[in-house]
Amino acid sequence: MPKLHWEDFQTGAVAVYGPRLVTREEIVAFAAEFDPQPMHLDEAAASATLLGGLGASGWHTCCLLMRMIADGFLHDSTSMGSPGIEEMRWLKPLRPGTQIRVRATVLESRPSKSRPEMGLTKFRYEVLDGTGESLAEMTTTALFGRRQPGAPT
Amino acid sequence: MKFFEDIQVGDVFEVGRYTFTADNIKNFATRFDPQSFHVDEEAAARSHFGALVASGWHTALAWMRLMIDHRRRMDEAMLARGEPVAGIGPALGFRELKWLKPVYVGDTIAYKSEVIETRLSESRPHAGLMTFRSIGVNQNGEPVISLVSTTFVERRGDKP
Repeated sequence: MPKLHWEDFQTGAVAVYGPRLVTREEIVAFAAEFDPQPMHLDEAAASATLLGGLGASGWHTCCLLMRMIADGFLHDSTSMGSPGIEEMRWLKPLRPGTQIRVRATVLESRPSKSRPEMGLTKFRYEVLDGTGESLAEMTTTALFGRRQPGAPT
Repeated sequence: MKFFEDIQVGDVFEVGRYTFTADNIKNFATRFDPQSFHVDEEAAARSHFGALVASGWHTALAWMRLMIDHRRRMDEAMLARGEPVAGIGPALGFRELKWLKPVYVGDTIAYKSEVIETRLSESRPHAGLMTFRSIGVNQNGEPVISLVSTTFVERRGDKP
């Protein structure tokens, strides 16, 4: 039985996951597979772009964030997936050698009207570099199974 | 890529198709989104999805890769005609990403992207911002993913 249910995500709660070192090798490998643009593949070509040097694909940042929250808490939860991402903002380049952390904040929580066994939790996730500066911010809603389906809230 | 000045609202890019298999679904999810319904057929069968489903990030990344390949083909065609090509990126992000239906083993998703807004950049005088909505539709005609992204595109400036 997973430990975390919808009821366990209280509005305002904050948790931090990581750190996770992001290497040049994985930035280039990810880009070669999914987002082969020069700014993610090659230092010389990247320095001529608006990114001003090699930086991870923004989608790589998304996938790193996903993996960190999966390992951080989703595996021990009643996760039922997600209907989508309200917003993803890539604020600063993610450079090779950065130690990233993810800060998760619960923004909102509500039971599903149509499915009494499910609740919805809106999160803000911030991807932070070693100095605590935010490289990316994501707002998303996740679906979780309820400990007490249909109970009054 | 076409230069910013040559991009019109309503321009459509038919970026291509991608077929999801048990192997590519599990390979992606094992690395980036190893929730049980993306990596384990038996656990997925017991979940509310009823069978193995692709990570939503996989559905999005399949579009991204096809989009890059599509742009490369457009660039090669322009260069072959002797036309200069514009630089594109980085993107600012995306919004309103909706995973509208689960993507199951055997689904083939056709993706297209449509320009919905263009505006000049205040911070980058040599670039404009292009906003486009991308959708993926399965073999039954049902939309499975939709998102709105914004990226820099180089302006023609004084280039011919």
